[in-house]
Amino acid sequence: MADTGLTQARRVAGAPTRRAAYEARIRRRSNLIAAASTAAVMLAVVVLVPLAPGWEAVQRSFFNGRVFVETFPGLLEAFLLDVAIFAWCAPSIALVGLVIALCRDVRAPALFPLRAFGAVFTDIFRGLPVILVIYLIGFGVPGLGLPRPWNSPYLWGSLALILVYSAYVAEVIRSGIDSIHQSQRSAAASLGLSEADTMRYVVLPQALRNVVPANMNLLIALQKDVALLSFIGPVEIFRQAGVYKSLMANFTPYVGAAVIFLAITIPATRYADYLMARQQRRRR
Amino acid sequence: MTAKLSLRGVRKSFGEAEVIRGVDLDVGKGEMVCLIGASGSGKSTLLRCINLLEPVDDGAIWLDGEDIAEPGRDPRPVRERIGIVFQSYNLFPHMTAEENVMLAPRRIRGKTKAALAPVVERLFTRFGLSDRMQHYPDQLSGGQQQRVAIIRALAMEPEIMLFDEITSALDPELVGEVLDVLRQLHAEGMTMILATHEMGFARELADKICFLDGGRILEQGPPSELFADPREERTRAFLSRVL
Amino acid sequence: MRRTMLALCATALPATGAWAAEHATCAEGKTLQEGVLTIATGNPAYYPWVIDDAPESGEGYEAAVAYAVAEEMGFGEDQVEWVRTSFDEAIQPGAKSFDVNMQQFSITPEREEMVDFSEPYYSSAMAVLTTGDIVEAQGLEPTVESMKDLRWGAMAGTTAMPILIDLIAPSSDPLLYGDNADVTAAMQAGQIDAALFDLPTALYLSAVTLENGTILGQFPADRSQSPDEFGLLMEEGNPLKECVDAAITALRESGRLAEIESEWLQEATGVPVIE
Ligand SMILES: Nc1ncnc2c1ncn2[C@@H]1O[C@H](COP(=O)(O)OP(=O)(O)O)[C@@H](O)[C@H]1O
Ligand SMILES: [Mg+2]
Repeated sequence: MADTGLTQARRVAGAPTRRAAYEARIRRRSNLIAAASTAAVMLAVVVLVPLAPGWEAVQRSFFNGRVFVETFPGLLEAFLLDVAIFAWCAPSIALVGLVIALCRDVRAPALFPLRAFGAVFTDIFRGLPVILVIYLIGFGVPGLGLPRPWNSPYLWGSLALILVYSAYVAEVIRSGIDSIHQSQRSAAASLGLSEADTMRYVVLPQALRNVVPANMNLLIALQKDVALLSFIGPVEIFRQAGVYKSLMANFTPYVGAAVIFLAITIPATRYADYLMARQQRRRR
Repeated sequence: MTAKLSLRGVRKSFGEAEVIRGVDLDVGKGEMVCLIGASGSGKSTLLRCINLLEPVDDGAIWLDGEDIAEPGRDPRPVRERIGIVFQSYNLFPHMTAEENVMLAPRRIRGKTKAALAPVVERLFTRFGLSDRMQHYPDQLSGGQQQRVAIIRALAMEPEIMLFDEITSALDPELVGEVLDVLRQLHAEGMTMILATHEMGFARELADKICFLDGGRILEQGPPSELFADPREERTRAFLSRVL
Repeated sequence: MRRTMLALCATALPATGAWAAEHATCAEGKTLQEGVLTIATGNPAYYPWVIDDAPESGEGYEAAVAYAVAEEMGFGEDQVEWVRTSFDEAIQPGAKSFDVNMQQFSITPEREEMVDFSEPYYSSAMAVLTTGDIVEAQGLEPTVESMKDLRWGAMAGTTAMPILIDLIAPSSDPLLYGDNADVTAAMQAGQIDAALFDLPTALYLSAVTLENGTILGQFPADRSQSPDEFGLLMEEGNPLKECVDAAITALRESGRLAEIESEWLQEATGVPVIE
């Protein structure tokens, strides 16, 4: 017995350690169990759902291949509008959010109004449903009698999104600024750096890096909320799907729209999760 | 000779608690003064008061005959003249060692990278870190980080350096390399005030030892006197605990 | 077999009193509740289709037609029950809460693949709703040419959009809205110049909802190759369809449908026809 122990202990260089071998065995077993249980669930879904008495009707209305093929290209085209709105909103949101966050951090008494403005801004726009802001600004402001093209629903709808989302981004950035330890500001001050330089070169770079994952989640939410602009006119993918639905009396276009959304948001969500996990690992 | 730095009746409170209760202290040019005392006795606060990271409540701090503790003064020019190094290094983690050192001279003195490069490189070489300039703080050992922090303060060419227990967070085998830096600075004639628990080092090099107790300098004198024959009972008790 | 024969005869022959009495048995056993015809309308139901959102009164074009159809099928006034559904509820799969659904559903071949429609009970002209200010500012005339460059709007859930593309082919993409009120809000905000509606709805909006609203012109149903026709919507394969069809045909041929129309729908004669 003692002999085997010794032989095991004196393993060949490069061969797996006892622990590595044990862990490989455990890993193989858990993979097997996971695969088996996943297969069982899939089988249940694939076999049992079609057995439901209403399945055929549901399939005809929601998973209609003919309708899907007919409407998908139109949906994709409408989705380009979502992408465009997103593309011009996102940078503005980043900028406005940053400015608002900085407003809330100013300490000089002369700039108190700025600070108050930042607080009121975030309170209001985080406190309102997005769709309400879109209606009020999208119809309300142009209703004041602005001439074309300054009354465009694209313009004011986007502004509504920018206002709401920059309120959230501002809060995220502020939490990032707060998370930077006082000793960093102290160190910068001790070198004679001004408050502005301290913020610009020491605090913000670290704060912004810390809040990248949180902001990724906001971006994903924004990508979905772009669809709300359809309430004031623009025919983006959600509206286009609704039009198809009503013309064909069939819900499949909504499924098509969902597929397109997921194709974007799932990878984005995974990426955000990855960033978040990486940051957690770094902190440890 | 008039002192480079003189404190007279300096007081500082945090809310109700008075932490510095009337400190008088003179530091001559090129002198090394060590502050010793129990934890919580006010060493860090006193150092932070001297380079105006904390505004003092009362008393005067004379730097070359100018009262820098006058309320309402812009503290920034003073901070350029008095550098400080902290126990926890406080390097900027998103910058390389070199960027850490260059930030203040670039922003405050308006110097270009190119103009600074030879100066900074010389500093790194002098303290044995010429091969670590492009490393980020988390790629450096504690001793290396602390030396970068010292270089960062030196890059502003201060007249006085303050050190707040800069070896306390280091593993024992790394303490020596940081103390060597202090030795070197002292030899070059830098005026320095240290808060320290390294009694051997203080005894060897300090021109003056100040024993802080409850926010006051209870006793001060050259190390030969203070260590060998303290007058105060509390000093004696403290020394018997740490020596 | 006998039933089919009857239905065939009914569509082929002019209606007679004797036939109506016999036909009353057609719906037997085909409704949700025996002896009751359950009719769905919108929530809310709009003027002039249903007056004051109260279909039980029989007032308004669709309410009146509903009772007439019910009577023709052998249901008395007290045998009609009203329920409310949205468009989506009307087309969703699963058990339906109504026998027939009546809320200006346009009959299209695409929709017919999913649900059943009755014979049309109304052929609507399409009309261009705008405001006096816009007409004046842009010097609009009731011609397709003068309307191509307008900013167009329409209701999203209707067939107005394909008709708009078909009839006018505007030079910029139309904006779509979920609700009549949003269309008028967009017009008042200057975001759209004109919107396409069925004529009765357009008349109502121009008179009541839209400030300084006016109707620029209409595309009469009888001049169009594919006119906008409203039918009662039923679940696909509903056996009641033949009875409803027979009833509507009878109503049309007896002139009753036209009577109801002249009672509840405004004369469109004053509205210019678009060239
Ligand atoms: N920012 C602060 N706010 C409140 N109390 C403080 C602050 N900084 C230090 N103190 C208090 O002042 C006293 C002296 O602290 P410190 O100067 O750090 O002592 P030492 O460096 O000698 O250990 C301690 O009681 C500490 O709790
Ligand atoms: Mg301390």
